[in-house]
Amino acid sequence: MVPKIMKQGALTPWLYLSAALLIMLLFIVYPTIRTVTLSLRDKAGAQPATVDCVAGEPCWGVLENYRYALTNPEMLQALRNNALWILLMVPGTVGAGLLFAVLTDRVRYERLAKTIIFLPMAISFVGAGVIWRFVYFLETGEGAQIGVLNAIIAGLGGQPVAWLTNSNWMVNNVSLWIVGTWLWAGFCMTILSAALKAVPTEILEASRVDGASEWQVFWRIMFPLILPTVTVVTTTMIINILKVFDIVFVMTNGLNGTEVIANRMFKFIVTNQGRSMAIAGLLIVLTIPIMIFNVRRFREQEEIR
Amino acid sequence: MSPGRLKRILGRIPLHVIVISLVVLWLVPTLGVFVTSFRSRQAVRTSGWWMVLSKPPVPSQQEYATACASCHGADGKALATADLSDPEVVGEYTRTNRLLQMLRQEVDGQPHVQDAEWQALVQDQSRTKEVLDKLAPVGQHLAALSGGSLAVDYGLTASNWIDALVGYKGTTTYQQECATGVSESGKFKCDASDLLNPEGMSRAFLNSLLVTVPSAILPILFAAFAAYAFAWLDFRGRTWMFALLVGLQIVPLQMTLVPIAQLYSRLGLESSFFGIWLFHTGFGLPYAIYLLRNFLGGLPRDLFESIYLDGANHWTAFWRLAIPLSVPAIASLGIFQFLWVWNDLLVAIILLPGNPVLTYQITNLIDPRGGNWHLLTAAAFLSMIVPMLVFLAFQRYFVRGLLAGAVKG
Repeated sequence: MVPKIMKQGALTPWLYLSAALLIMLLFIVYPTIRTVTLSLRDKAGAQPATVDCVAGEPCWGVLENYRYALTNPEMLQALRNNALWILLMVPGTVGAGLLFAVLTDRVRYERLAKTIIFLPMAISFVGAGVIWRFVYFLETGEGAQIGVLNAIIAGLGGQPVAWLTNSNWMVNNVSLWIVGTWLWAGFCMTILSAALKAVPTEILEASRVDGASEWQVFWRIMFPLILPTVTVVTTTMIINILKVFDIVFVMTNGLNGTEVIANRMFKFIVTNQGRSMAIAGLLIVLTIPIMIFNVRRFREQEEIR
Repeated sequence: MSPGRLKRILGRIPLHVIVISLVVLWLVPTLGVFVTSFRSRQAVRTSGWWMVLSKPPVPSQQEYATACASCHGADGKALATADLSDPEVVGEYTRTNRLLQMLRQEVDGQPHVQDAEWQALVQDQSRTKEVLDKLAPVGQHLAALSGGSLAVDYGLTASNWIDALVGYKGTTTYQQECATGVSESGKFKCDASDLLNPEGMSRAFLNSLLVTVPSAILPILFAAFAAYAFAWLDFRGRTWMFALLVGLQIVPLQMTLVPIAQLYSRLGLESSFFGIWLFHTGFGLPYAIYLLRNFLGGLPRDLFESIYLDGANHWTAFWRLAIPLSVPAIASLGIFQFLWVWNDLLVAIILLPGNPVLTYQITNLIDPRGGNWHLLTAAAFLSMIVPMLVFLAFQRYFVRGLLAGAVKG
């Protein structure tokens, strides 16, 4: 394991490492610690958060900002939404990615089809937000519906739908998840497709010769073999969703029941730093399990190496 | 053709239908924005983008003759109080629903429209869509009567792109604003310097480039050194430091923004390009080091041993061997980081508010009532061109980087 390919001075490794380590200390480690300390202070960071306690009401002392982050109705809404994104949208997107990978594998124009489905990954969430705001657009005046979705509904004789400002919050969230799926299904597809192609064809052929149906070949042989990759894609998606901000910010700004954690954090960034930082702190607590998972997986792989 | 083969081909039709519909479904939303960016403001507001190839409503004498001419006269000048040849009067009703509202009102206690059939149609609330379609040619005719400057231009136009580039947000176009060579509102200089207007997308484009290029190069430079150390040098803490790096890769951006913004304001680096370069470098490093170390560590050991026997030291091994061999990995990283920084919104809003980049400028253009789709779509597409081209040209490297990060590692 230890490389020792040639003589090296005692300081040599540190000369190579110093710049990168210094920058990471300054831009990742220091601010993370500072964020945690700021989350224990008031709006302006001048006094401990305890000063925000109101007599006669529940108070968590120096953790007062965390009381907000964990009990305020809008924060609860954001936590619920992030949980729903993870529970409903992530499996949907990974599933769609897997389906696309399997389907495109069987056609001759695979490259073209995959490029088009993957293309949304290249553009910004802001650009995607504009694209989908236009798809969902609702003309509330008497003019024609110029959003494609409502034009189809109006053309079929139905009532146009407020896709993003519906009184039913679930509609607004589903609209956002569709955008998320449009963006990320290509990412899932690309990685899963590579894993599918790495499955040895001999195994597949052998089981087909033994009379297994395509359905059985997929679920009994291919799926178990690519399961590690499915796990990786899923954890990556969970991280993406925990941090999801731009899409919501551009499409709904968290209104009508679509609030998410990162958007809450952004809203307070100027007006109430303590709260904002407590929400960020909450975010890191939520990512820690995945960090541990990733490090473990890395160590296992290093042992195989 | 043998029956077996035919059966196989027919059996594959559902597969093709599904794949092709998926591709179409994925393309249509983007296509809508692309098409809309080339349509005039009025055309965007009055018909869907998919109508772009259909025939526009033709200015028609017929509807006008039956519904309006008996009072207003064939030339529209018969009523002095409602002179339809006056652009100021007609200009109030460029949209057909405004026109309809007007027709539904009474004039001097009498229904506005005298013709019985039209009167019934106009008043029937359940047939609004039908009457709006019928009124479109009337509107076009009115526009023609009043001098034509109000006529809806259904042809394709580049004016949205020009307006977006120079930051024109008025009711006509930048070209009309500057038709005489002097800006009517005084907001523009009507020469090339308008491209530097802080509210325009061309300035934002420049800012995006200025942010992105150094932010893509710097982390790779620093990461290459560190990755070499992790791969081929021996030092204490090598393993656990690298494991820590794996964990750092997913630290949410949100954790670090405020302390850095505060630090910058103390150092006088607010809204400075230098500051945002450093930030993106810091944030790109864990992944960059990780990917490059895995790549370098995978190179054959013999290579490094033989160059050492030839009398080289680490410095020459790094520059002569490691760097040239890792060009594919460097390309992957460069593209990754380029797309990531180019598409970023959050960091740019907080650390660079004074020099708005493309994403930030687009969020400024969003109008909840949908009043400026023509500008917004052009602006959005301007911001997408570069990443799309980069992606299409270097897709191979992009995918490789993605796989190395997410699967192998």
